[in-house]
Amino acid sequence: MPYTELDLEMKPDEGNEDEHKLVIFAWSGDLDRVWPTLILATTAAAMGWSVTVFFTFWGLFPLVKNDVRMTGDNWMQRMMSVMNRGGTDHLKLSKMNFIGAGPKMMRKLARDNKVACPQELLAEAREMGVHLVPCQMTMDLLGLERANLIEGLERPAGATTALLEADGATTLFI
Amino acid sequence: MSLTVVQTLDLKGLSCPMPIVKTAKAMKQVSSGEMVEVFATDPGSVADFQAWCRSTRNTLVESDVTDGVFHYVIQKR
Repeated sequence: MPYTELDLEMKPDEGNEDEHKLVIFAWSGDLDRVWPTLILATTAAAMGWSVTVFFTFWGLFPLVKNDVRMTGDNWMQRMMSVMNRGGTDHLKLSKMNFIGAGPKMMRKLARDNKVACPQELLAEAREMGVHLVPCQMTMDLLGLERANLIEGLERPAGATTALLEADGATTLFI
Repeated sequence: MSLTVVQTLDLKGLSCPMPIVKTAKAMKQVSSGEMVEVFATDPGSVADFQAWCRSTRNTLVESDVTDGVFHYVIQKR
């Protein structure tokens, strides 16, 4: 169909809010991955982007409430939750963990440098309307109930939802 | 247009991404044409405030530094 003058006039900048989307697949529960995930999510929200973080596999554990000690219905899931305690207060470093001494030092350095901690960033993200979506399949697999997870999350969803969100968006797998 | 600063943010000491996050939240509260003034010490904020203003199409009216304190004035589009 040929362009008319009207078409050309309508084209530039008309309603050109060009909604930018960022979708992050948060796969890791390591402190040194969760941190940049939340920094990028909050920053993108601050830039006016629509942001969705899809939490899957180890990435789900940071969403567990800090005071929840054990999760799961069977011994395998329970053992996993004991070996890999959930919550933003209990994240481990992917290197130099030193049985928890590493994260302690990292958090002290962050405090000294006034770097916002994951918990603070998570709260900011929720306040700024970042969509935090837990993966339903991983919740079932790892024995995590909705009640084990923090407030303010979206309804748990699957890969289809995540991929639909990711269509046309900037995507990161962290 | 009156060039009045309606809000001043003291974000000295804060690191990435908080200067931008807090500024973005403050900018939501002001009306079009109004200005927000920011003081920060994060050296990364120089590039970040430029990038943020470009992506949100707000105007970075002023950007300077005095004794290690960066000063920005942003006008809401």
